[in-house]
Amino acid sequence: MKALRVSLLAVLTLLFVSPVLFMFLTSFKTRQEAGRTPPTLFPEKPTTQAYDQILNAPDTPMLQWFANSLFAASLHSLLVVATSALAAYALARMDFRGKKPVFALIVATLFVPPVILIIPNYEIVARLYWLDTLIAIIVPTAANAFGVFFLRQFFLQLPRELEESAFLDGANRWQTFWRVVLPLSRPALVTLALLAFLTNWNDFLWPVYVLFSPENQTLQAGLSTLQAANSVRYDLLMAGAVIASVPVLILFVIAQRYVIEGVSRSGLKG
Amino acid sequence: MAVETAEAPASASAREAPKAPGSLRDRPFTAWLFLAPYLALFVVFVLGPILLGLWISLHSWDFNLPRKPFVGINNYKDLLDPGSVSFGPFWNGMQATGIFTAASVPFLLAVPLGIALIMNEKFPGRNALRAIYFAPYVLGVAVIGVLWRFLLDANIGLVNFLAGLVSLPDDTAWLSSLPAAWVSLVWVTVWWTLGFNAVIFLAGLQDIPREQYEAARVDGAGAWQSFRNVTLPGLKPVTMFVTMITIIASANMFGQSYIMTNGAPGQETRTAIFYIAEQGLQTFEMGTAAAASWILTLTLMILSVAVFFIFRDKDEARA
Repeated sequence: MKALRVSLLAVLTLLFVSPVLFMFLTSFKTRQEAGRTPPTLFPEKPTTQAYDQILNAPDTPMLQWFANSLFAASLHSLLVVATSALAAYALARMDFRGKKPVFALIVATLFVPPVILIIPNYEIVARLYWLDTLIAIIVPTAANAFGVFFLRQFFLQLPRELEESAFLDGANRWQTFWRVVLPLSRPALVTLALLAFLTNWNDFLWPVYVLFSPENQTLQAGLSTLQAANSVRYDLLMAGAVIASVPVLILFVIAQRYVIEGVSRSGLKG
Repeated sequence: MAVETAEAPASASAREAPKAPGSLRDRPFTAWLFLAPYLALFVVFVLGPILLGLWISLHSWDFNLPRKPFVGINNYKDLLDPGSVSFGPFWNGMQATGIFTAASVPFLLAVPLGIALIMNEKFPGRNALRAIYFAPYVLGVAVIGVLWRFLLDANIGLVNFLAGLVSLPDDTAWLSSLPAAWVSLVWVTVWWTLGFNAVIFLAGLQDIPREQYEAARVDGAGAWQSFRNVTLPGLKPVTMFVTMITIIASANMFGQSYIMTNGAPGQETRTAIFYIAEQGLQTFEMGTAAAASWILTLTLMILSVAVFFIFRDKDEARA
């Protein structure tokens, strides 16, 4: 039984690690070597040719795309955390008329397929003059039902006494929220921030259609442009893929505990 | 930080007797102030668009033309009328979406569940492996699409090379023939998102109380019986959730076919959402596209309700 598990896990791990490893190795090969059969595993003469070329090509400004993605995903993440924390706190702790329907409405959209929003949101973004800008990537997807649901669950678990005593000390709602609730919720906030960052960084369909100019692309949308321009230049494509992967992989290695916690909790009481 | 806040209640209760929880009453608009930023986004970009989409679907809505005449349910009629021009491409897309969903969802449930079961025991390196299996998900669809298009390339791809080494056919057109293209798309999707579902299953497994397994063992249940009578029932809510989100995710598959096959061979792997995006955001016939997205959405909602009832019925049968 144990031997079976070990061998299964070994095969599985190989299946997961080797493609990514091959991507890294290929990105340091020459154009000829990357397209050769039979393929080589390690680059014969490791070179950064591919990186030099795509980083200097004017129609595929990867560094600009990198900056765009970083900017958009960070701001988006901040917006998601701020708006859903405020809303979740009201829904967790305050009594007001209409609370139940509002919460039910938000949760209901968890199960609405995103395809329904594509066409109308394009029209709305166009009317706001946001087409071909990063605002279109940052804002429309920020009304995150999962965020409200997730943080509300977390706030409900916090002991009420801490907030009550802050009240007795003369703090108002905002001060209680800012000084007592938020500091206690740091793990949940970090988890949501990371999930929102990753989702936005990896968003694909929306940026492909909403961004037009080469210099305004995000990394994921840009990568498909890079592929369209160099369909069999696998040295260039793998270098591009590496550039798009390294930041999220680093972020993931540092923060994987939070990311996986967040995902695993999404199924509970879902 | 925790220490500071923990001291607060002590000092407060020392000064005066704690009032009833009712003392936390807010002025009525306070809650709405907290909700306002979220609700503004929610109304403008979620709730409003759902209704606007319905409105658009009732018009001949060309994005670039000022006149968008009302046409009632004609867009829906056209999509359902075999004689119209939109019928063919739309149902071709729906068929592709159906094939992909039917082919991928079983694997996206069974494989992650299997992995979660293997991982549900403590062994060294478990967390590292969990992270490795999850990692493709964080890379994003464009990276994995570009990577696997390379690996599955019919001429110079690693997959065909390795197949040749073990005397299998080494010239499969993985991305431009059938059924190979579907095999590729399903395989890549499983590789990409398996970690996501496995993590949710694993959390569900860890929520099943140990005592239930011990009770089963006392009753003489073997491994298979305790899996059937303890694990599966205990996992039911989680499985229902994963089934629903996986169906929705598979039915919205876009990036994989956009990057890897671009709909090939012919239009065979061009999914419904691919059709909707091109029809609405490239040809700018938004009326037709909006109607198509409503049909797809309603189909998915019916499917979700069906899943819900299937899981519930079993529950009642057991009880």
